[in-house]
Amino acid sequence: MDRRIFLRALALTGATFSFKDSGAMSVLSQSGVSTKSGKPYDLVAVMGGEPAEMFKKAIAELGGIGKFVKKGQVVVVKPNIGWDKGPEMAANTNPQLVGEIVKQCFNAGAKEVKVFDHTCNEWRNCYSNSGIEDAVKKAGGKMIPANEDSYYREVPLPKGVKLKKTKVHEDILDCDVWINVPVLKNHGGAKMSIAMKNHMGIVWDRRFFHANDLQQCIADVCTLDKAAVLHVVDAYRLMKNNGPQGKSEADAVMSKGLFISQDIVAVDTAATTFFNNVRAMPLESVGHLAKAEALNLGTMKISELNVKRIKL
Amino acid sequence: MLRKIRIAVSVSTAILLTIYIIDFAGIMPSWFGFLAKIQFIPALLSVNIVVLVALIIATLVFGRIYCSSVCPLGLYQDVVTYISRLVHKKKRFRFRKALTVMRWSFVIAAVVAFLSGLTILVGLLDPYSSYARFAVHILKPAYQAGNNLAELIFTQFDNHTFYKVGIYLISVVSLATTIVITAFVGYLAWVNGRIYCNSICPVGTVLGFISKASLFKIRINEDACNSCGACGRTCKASCIDTKNHKIDASRCINCFDCLDVCSTSAINYNYSFRLPIKNRKKVVNASRRRFMMAVGVTGVAATKLMAEKVPFTGNTSVVRKTPITPPGSLSLDHFSQKCTSCHLCVSKCPSNIIKPAFLEYGVGGMLQPTLNFDNDFCNYDCTICSDVCPTGALLPLTKDSKHTNQMGQVQFVMNDCIVFTDETSCGACSEHCPTQAVHMVDYKNDLTIPEIDTSICVGCGGCEFICPATPRKAIFVEGISKHKTIKLIKEKVEEVKVDDFGF
Repeated sequence: MDRRIFLRALALTGATFSFKDSGAMSVLSQSGVSTKSGKPYDLVAVMGGEPAEMFKKAIAELGGIGKFVKKGQVVVVKPNIGWDKGPEMAANTNPQLVGEIVKQCFNAGAKEVKVFDHTCNEWRNCYSNSGIEDAVKKAGGKMIPANEDSYYREVPLPKGVKLKKTKVHEDILDCDVWINVPVLKNHGGAKMSIAMKNHMGIVWDRRFFHANDLQQCIADVCTLDKAAVLHVVDAYRLMKNNGPQGKSEADAVMSKGLFISQDIVAVDTAATTFFNNVRAMPLESVGHLAKAEALNLGTMKISELNVKRIKL
Repeated sequence: MLRKIRIAVSVSTAILLTIYIIDFAGIMPSWFGFLAKIQFIPALLSVNIVVLVALIIATLVFGRIYCSSVCPLGLYQDVVTYISRLVHKKKRFRFRKALTVMRWSFVIAAVVAFLSGLTILVGLLDPYSSYARFAVHILKPAYQAGNNLAELIFTQFDNHTFYKVGIYLISVVSLATTIVITAFVGYLAWVNGRIYCNSICPVGTVLGFISKASLFKIRINEDACNSCGACGRTCKASCIDTKNHKIDASRCINCFDCLDVCSTSAINYNYSFRLPIKNRKKVVNASRRRFMMAVGVTGVAATKLMAEKVPFTGNTSVVRKTPITPPGSLSLDHFSQKCTSCHLCVSKCPSNIIKPAFLEYGVGGMLQPTLNFDNDFCNYDCTICSDVCPTGALLPLTKDSKHTNQMGQVQFVMNDCIVFTDETSCGACSEHCPTQAVHMVDYKNDLTIPEIDTSICVGCGGCEFICPATPRKAIFVEGISKHKTIKLIKEKVEEVKVDDFGF
């Protein structure tokens, strides 16, 4: 048996166990349950707290991290670390939030927690200057490189419309579960960069996306079989203008929000709606939302979901 | 003892400098860059008075200790000679006459080339630059291959201390030049010891000239000498005339090998009271002078012609009318005059975008680095290349001055843009633009299209690098012959209150 087959088997076994434990057929249908009514929440929105504090509240409403991460699992936490910028710029995911998630994964018994992003700027600078490397290491996690083609393996995306196959980072493919932790940003090309757009950090060839209908490719890459078990949108600071990199701190808004869900379309829709507080951004203009809904990746109809709203 | 000190100093200098040059992971603290800055030609070109005065005084006092202990190419030759002696146990050196005309011809050639804007020749003759290129183009790939092997092994055990690095052939011309020079110097060292230093290297010639007047010199005490000739046979500089008990101070590189082989302690390194060149008859050789003058004039004319720019259409996807010089280079003229192509910036650039030119700068600028955005772009906050440059071709920039340093200007060809041709979203260029000199404006059907403002462009090449348009990039950076300072408008931080989810 070669290494790849072995690792694939390992990953599949891990994935299978994670399905069984949650008692559901698919990862997407896993849901938290309100502690009072016993009714599951599809989405939890928190406002007004510090990043770690908001995550603690939100994850508790979904039934705790233990619902998603099991003992002995290898977990990947995938924040946005695309830019060589400090946390105050809102170009990358908040380091305190990433640190807290890593910590909770270990509390749930994770064997290993790995963190990476395929960065746009020089990767070592991005890792350290974003503050994420520090936070992750403090929490006991590992920063994994993603700067070379050889860290990626090609996978088919049969459900994709334009993007039929792409190279995905091996740690996403080989881990037991992964958690998607984007930051809420305006984006010059894709209009918004949230949970779906954050998938461009797990693939190698991003130029293909831009050259072949960006909005469709963003939706397509989210059809990856190995979907994230949880999407945590960091809106502690959001990037209002000039995204995804931002020119200065003037582009960042202290919005103190956090959105968490297993439904990637719902969480991006909710976050975009929240973004409308600071700048008009019609949902129709964020093309990948509707395209993902058409691919049955989730729903844009927040009103039909069981949403828990918490103001701190 | 002196010999052991010399070996210890030269080995540690060369090893530290080599590690500094090939280190891609940031293991060596940046202050080790001083090892490049204390080299003679770099100090001369950057007009580093402190280093120059120190080197000249050191030479006036101790002789050519630069050549024996500081120059990395010197150590390279010593290593080759050492190996050749291991192979040929009976290897002997013997005294040879100084090749004075040849030596000074190279000095004149270097000066003439420099004055006529053909710094490439200086760069090819400078021992530091030759060694640095050897480190960058030959040692570094080997080091990276070792790293990748370690990464492979360690990662199997889930240890992520190492990470993979791409090993690329930076430039065929540079590699070829490096191999030729390294092999040539190596061959000379294998056969004749330090003959390169004493017949070609202009630094050796100039320092040799100065060291004729040095206070400390190696001398033979004729009373104690039994004329065994051992010193002359071990002298890799071939400068000990054992028959006449004379040592040519201009060629002695102070390796002190001779001191250790003398059984009667007749050869010593000591303080001299006499000033040399006292009773020598002045012989004016008019014909030789005329010859040298003719050589000089022809040299200037020829090199001036070579320095003329040849328009070049290379195989890169973007053809620039003007090549982009690295940040801190002020202008094309300043850069081409000061750069000896040691390729330290090429090696140190974390984005690997500094590449030796082929014909972009014309024949005279071959090997001098230019920016290439095929695989990456210039990091907005990074000032490493301008910090490490030892010759002053790149002058240091602060993070703030880097932010406003314009080294090129963005050009946008809408007809090639994905948004125009395919009518789908893109914005990759604007995404990578640190100053938003490339920003997205409303187009049609909820699409946005790039718009450029060259007045705030720094020329980092982020847009060019990421542009997915084929076969031609729709956006690219055009070089400018003089770098400019852009004005960035400081934006006010607005207080925005968000108190509702909105859903």
